[in-house]
Amino acid sequence: MDLKLPIYLDNNATTPMDPRVLEAMLPYFVEKFGNAASRNHSFGWVAEEAVDYAREQVAKLINADAKEIIFTSGATESDNLALKGVFEMYASKGNHIITCTTEHKAVLDSCKHIEKLGGQVTYLQVQADGLVDLGELEKAITDKTILIAIMYGNNEIGVIQDVKGISQIARKHGVLFFSDATQAVGKVPVDVMADGIDLMAFSGHKMYGPKGVGALYVRRKNPRVKVTSQMDGGGHERGMRSGTLNVPSIAGFGKACEICMNEMADEAKRLSKMRDRLEAALSELEESYVNGNKDHRLPHTTNISFKYVEGEGLMMGFNKNIALSSGSACTSASLEPSYVLKALGLGDDLAHSSLRFGLGRFTTDEQIDFTIDAVKGTVTKLREMSPLWEMFKEGVDINAIEWAHH
Amino acid sequence: MAYSEKVIDHYANPKNVGTLDKSKTNVGTGLVGAPECGDVMRLQIEVDQESGIISDAKFKTFGCGSAIASSSLATEWLKGKTVDQALAIDNMDIVEELNLPPVKIHCSVLAEDAIKAAINDYRVKNGLPELTAEKA
Repeated sequence: MDLKLPIYLDNNATTPMDPRVLEAMLPYFVEKFGNAASRNHSFGWVAEEAVDYAREQVAKLINADAKEIIFTSGATESDNLALKGVFEMYASKGNHIITCTTEHKAVLDSCKHIEKLGGQVTYLQVQADGLVDLGELEKAITDKTILIAIMYGNNEIGVIQDVKGISQIARKHGVLFFSDATQAVGKVPVDVMADGIDLMAFSGHKMYGPKGVGALYVRRKNPRVKVTSQMDGGGHERGMRSGTLNVPSIAGFGKACEICMNEMADEAKRLSKMRDRLEAALSELEESYVNGNKDHRLPHTTNISFKYVEGEGLMMGFNKNIALSSGSACTSASLEPSYVLKALGLGDDLAHSSLRFGLGRFTTDEQIDFTIDAVKGTVTKLREMSPLWEMFKEGVDINAIEWAHH
Repeated sequence: MAYSEKVIDHYANPKNVGTLDKSKTNVGTGLVGAPECGDVMRLQIEVDQESGIISDAKFKTFGCGSAIASSSLATEWLKGKTVDQALAIDNMDIVEELNLPPVKIHCSVLAEDAIKAAINDYRVKNGLPELTAEKA
């Protein structure tokens, strides 16, 4: 069978759009171009109908009511709106937010912004497997706490938090629970009712939909949640997010959700089988380590450190043929390895040596075979070239060396 | 980021990967960088003591493609030079030869540091004073 190169294994960064999604979008560019807010003519009605239909599709995937879906430009905006919007809306109740150190930058940087505005933020450390310690979480709650912000599935290591456990704690203390579920929605069953989530961010382009569209789920009942809008304007989306709706992308997002709804279970089975095969084959390499909890994680993700080789150098061995991500950024601007891996307590050597494999709907067994060979070959070749590998093989304790930091 | 042809070539076909016997008095070893920073370079020179010419050079590098290419190139340049000529190798020469982008200049700095460290190790082994670090 012909293998087409390059192979895309960076589906946690973005997913290719499903052709069925594109088909659903096409009518809304030229032919049905109306503004969904135009209430008094058919062009507007047609657009509004498309948005309403998509809103149902999106809501259904997460077991929400359509009225609880606020369309945004993507997960980053949804994260900002949830955090800053709750902070503003619930200012009279308190100013304390609890989050964790492995969150996406959109959450962490929104929290930093809130701190500048006088808010208090607790950044929980995660355990070595990437999971939040629920005891620590509960202990961090004060009478000023208004929000717990913990992600659903992690983008780098794929670890899925104990969302139900977190929501129970939040409920018990009358605190709202927001989850960034960008990586999880469409990949694993996410149910805002069963999971007890009050606000949730997710995005179209991580689930084979278009870029530039996402949603914030905002609970309307038990409790009724509101967020202060972060953009002023026409009062769209129940006053929480102004701006003319991106009708074609919303239609595509809806279709993407519908496809995930129908195909997610089979897809997860297929991908986790392939992922496990990839992981097992690469784990045959000496001194390779899978990062994060293996029992609670997304079906399509694995993050592996190959000790004594540097991630970017490693990728260079095959990045003409395989697209994936490394936890190491070797640039003068950022010599820091992945903060997520560091948060797990990984030493810099392991954090700098990691690769993230993100499988997706269009990944094939042939691609996995090719990847296994390429990665194994490159790791072996680079270790031959690595002074650290030589020291390891000679029994030298690398941590005992006084390195000249630069 | 896109690598230059020359970086890709050194990465794919590195020159002079290996290890020299560091117990020999005419072998100088420089180990620079740190695992924390994502790059460690070990560069070794073997000096013909009659002529003062570097007869062999080897490297091993843990790092990105530019770091590997910088050290591979350095070993190529070192061979056949006298120790004094080797000292004159400037990191900007490496930058130019490999077309390193600004974010990868530190890889060339590391290679220059490794050359200097190897020479110093050789000097100290042979009763010569250590050269003080000038601009890196």
